[in-house]
Amino acid sequence: MDNTTQRGSSLVKGILITISILFVGIMLILPMVYVISSALSKGFSFYFRSLTTEYVVSALLLTLLATLVAVGVNTFFGIMASWALTRFQFKGKQVLATLIDIPFSISPVIAGLSYIMTFGRMGWAAPLMDWINRTFHTDFQVVFALPGVLLATIFVTFPFISREVIPVLNSEGCDEEEAAALMGAGGFTIFRKITFPKMKWALIYGMILCGARALGEFGAVSALSKTRGRTFTLPLEIDALYMSGDSDSIVSAFSVSSILVILAIIVLILRNIFEYREKRSGRKAG
Amino acid sequence: MIPGFGLSLGITVLMLSVLILIPLVSVLLYSLKLSPAQFARLLTNENVLFAFATSITCSLIAALINCFFGIILAWVLVRYDFPGKRILDGVIELPFCLPTAVAGITLSKLYSDSGWVGGLFSRVGVKISYTHIGLVLALIFIGIPFVVRAIVPVLENLDPQLEEAAYALGASSRITFFKIILSELRPALLTGFALAFARGVGEYGSVIYISGNSAKDHTQVISYVIMQKLNYMDYASATAIALVLLLISFGILFFINVIQIRQSRRTNFR
Amino acid sequence: MRSKVWRRLLAVTVTAALALSATGCGSKASGSTKKDGKITLTNVSYDPTRELYAAYNKEFAKYYKGKTGKEVDVVMSHGGSGGQARSVVEGADADVVTLALAHDITLVEQAGLINKGWLKEFDLDSSPYTSTIVFLVRKGNPKKIKDWEDLTKKGVDVITPDPKSSGGACWNFLAAWNYADKKFGGDEKKIKAFEHDLYSNVSVMDSGARGATTTFVENKQGDVLIAWENEALATLKEYPKEYELVTPSISILAQPSVAIVDANADKNGTQKVAKDYLEYLYSDKAQEVIGEYGYRPSNEKILKKFKDKFDLNVNLCTIDDFGGWDSAYKKFFQDGGIFDEIYSK
Repeated sequence: MDNTTQRGSSLVKGILITISILFVGIMLILPMVYVISSALSKGFSFYFRSLTTEYVVSALLLTLLATLVAVGVNTFFGIMASWALTRFQFKGKQVLATLIDIPFSISPVIAGLSYIMTFGRMGWAAPLMDWINRTFHTDFQVVFALPGVLLATIFVTFPFISREVIPVLNSEGCDEEEAAALMGAGGFTIFRKITFPKMKWALIYGMILCGARALGEFGAVSALSKTRGRTFTLPLEIDALYMSGDSDSIVSAFSVSSILVILAIIVLILRNIFEYREKRSGRKAG
Repeated sequence: MIPGFGLSLGITVLMLSVLILIPLVSVLLYSLKLSPAQFARLLTNENVLFAFATSITCSLIAALINCFFGIILAWVLVRYDFPGKRILDGVIELPFCLPTAVAGITLSKLYSDSGWVGGLFSRVGVKISYTHIGLVLALIFIGIPFVVRAIVPVLENLDPQLEEAAYALGASSRITFFKIILSELRPALLTGFALAFARGVGEYGSVIYISGNSAKDHTQVISYVIMQKLNYMDYASATAIALVLLLISFGILFFINVIQIRQSRRTNFR
Repeated sequence: MRSKVWRRLLAVTVTAALALSATGCGSKASGSTKKDGKITLTNVSYDPTRELYAAYNKEFAKYYKGKTGKEVDVVMSHGGSGGQARSVVEGADADVVTLALAHDITLVEQAGLINKGWLKEFDLDSSPYTSTIVFLVRKGNPKKIKDWEDLTKKGVDVITPDPKSSGGACWNFLAAWNYADKKFGGDEKKIKAFEHDLYSNVSVMDSGARGATTTFVENKQGDVLIAWENEALATLKEYPKEYELVTPSISILAQPSVAIVDANADKNGTQKVAKDYLEYLYSDKAQEVIGEYGYRPSNEKILKKFKDKFDLNVNLCTIDDFGGWDSAYKKFFQDGGIFDEIYSK
């Protein structure tokens, strides 16, 4: 591309590329190959049978539901947060940005624990929920039920979208928005006509990452989901199969894992496409 | 001037509070029930201290190794063209998309004495699964995308004039790399390092299968200990440990944000 | 043009989300809702009982349909015994608990969910089946392991789960203690040294019994697995050519307990069916199923039928020899207890 590339001796280039390929091959690709080969070690019919059990199907549906909800909620949040954080100056902005990033670095186990401490039978919100259930004759539960699984998934993927969008909006600046506001455009129009096109690819990219992470969340969900076939997501189902101990179910565990590996690969391909587009549109704008 | 400040900030703060902060505060509240003496006693429990030490040192080692390979990978991805580059580029983020439980199960089988790789090593007497080596390997696996993703954009935007100037002044390529490029990359590298480290300290899914979870060999990680305490309803210990872990991750995040502000100030200035 | 693509993407996402949440809400997560007279019962159990209850639930559904004409659907939850007890305390909607040791059920009782006196609610201290602790070794027994003493020898690699998180592991520890107690005539110092030597040989300490079995069987770690008899039998059945079962001279009568979670059952209106469910475990039919799945039936007559399967001559102590679970747990396994002492020495 630029002439510095040629200057680096081809020996160094060869060595570096070899190191990279070896590293990625051993550390990342080999495990995937292992998953697929273990999954198929008892033949195709076994593979398909282990994917169509009642438990796996219900776990797959729940996983997809949790992923969609998490992506939906976090997209909304991501747009709001990036609007607030990039278009305005205010006190405590840095603190807010840091708070949003908390789930990034927090142990998923703590995420699960925190919902249990809030909505569980021992949590402070438990009497409140009891009251709601009594007044409306409902049987609404958060932890160890569907809402808990959804909440835990949202928690761990919370900052994924805002984190992708904020830098893009920051680097684009907000001159155009200010101009439009001066000319009397409403907030929604400004967003739709000016801001949204700027953030579009970063937003999609963030949604993909968020979805990928949501598909695979284990620690947080496992803290507050206990019934197989009801509130189990795919990663929990894999754990249950693996823990069943006999060799058949371990192969099944790898079969189910292979779905997630395939989903991950699809996500990566999508990511690659969108990132490429994002770069191209970014280059045009810049 | 631009409308929507109140609305967007309001929604942001509301969602943040309901979904993240209030639940986390519940953990805090619970641990506040403990007296400082109790708190100290729980945390200085030998097993807890060792678990903290294990989590922190293993994540540090893994993050350092990731920095080394991360720079090479990012360099190769940005500067060189070769067949299969886009595949390499895509695969880097695999650990990010792959469920941690799947990663954990796979790695522990792959590196156990009967696994493909573990079998080779066990012949020369090196055990990987159920030892610290296995732990570090798992943490390298989950941490590598953080480092690469932090470095690549910076490397892409690096001003080629800097390097050219260095060459023109007669610097060797090695000096150029270490003096100029590395110092330009430092903030990004630190960010990547910190993210990988933070992720590693709290990691659960990918680690529990491959670590021996032995208190004697100090292969218990801190999230395992939280789970262990929780499972016997020792909420006091669980929340106390969780609180310390929270403070650590908050500290790391703050550090990252400070780096990023500095970085953006610098780029804005330019 | 691009915005069109975007809009279509959004539309697809929203439709899919709605469709999925519809199906999601249909299969509502919390248990015990009565739909067209069908009763749902939630049984929170520990790890190794997966296969047993899968079979028993079918038997019970048949029996219950014959008796009352109603369909009953039993939802299972499995995991480490302590963690399962915790989930009930924290709000998992269990109608009955069937856990690895009485202590775990006591934890639920202390949270106010189970009425006092549950231990006497069903026959034989509410334990319809028992088991014991045995050794599983690799074929040919290369390390010549015959009894507890052999586990303390240098160079023997032992696999056992963590008593801090696994009920089975508590039984393992106490069985070894019982052996040493007899051997050293109650000299606590020597017993502790014995346990210390044993636990120094433990190379992998999983969080649960199932994980330990997987480590030993699938990942080929260690020379000997201290296991539930039912787990060992199941492994033997699957790999008859690879493993051998060794029964030590002295072991412990492990009594998994069952109880109705009264608070939940009253709320869900399942108190009666829950009682039937647990009582039927003592029926001849159920006891046969129990024996088939490697647990020792509590019914002596049926136990005799399985005398080829179980070594009935092993000398078994019970938890009462340790003064019951409450004091045993405090003495041995709580933070700072004997287990911590011998393990960190």
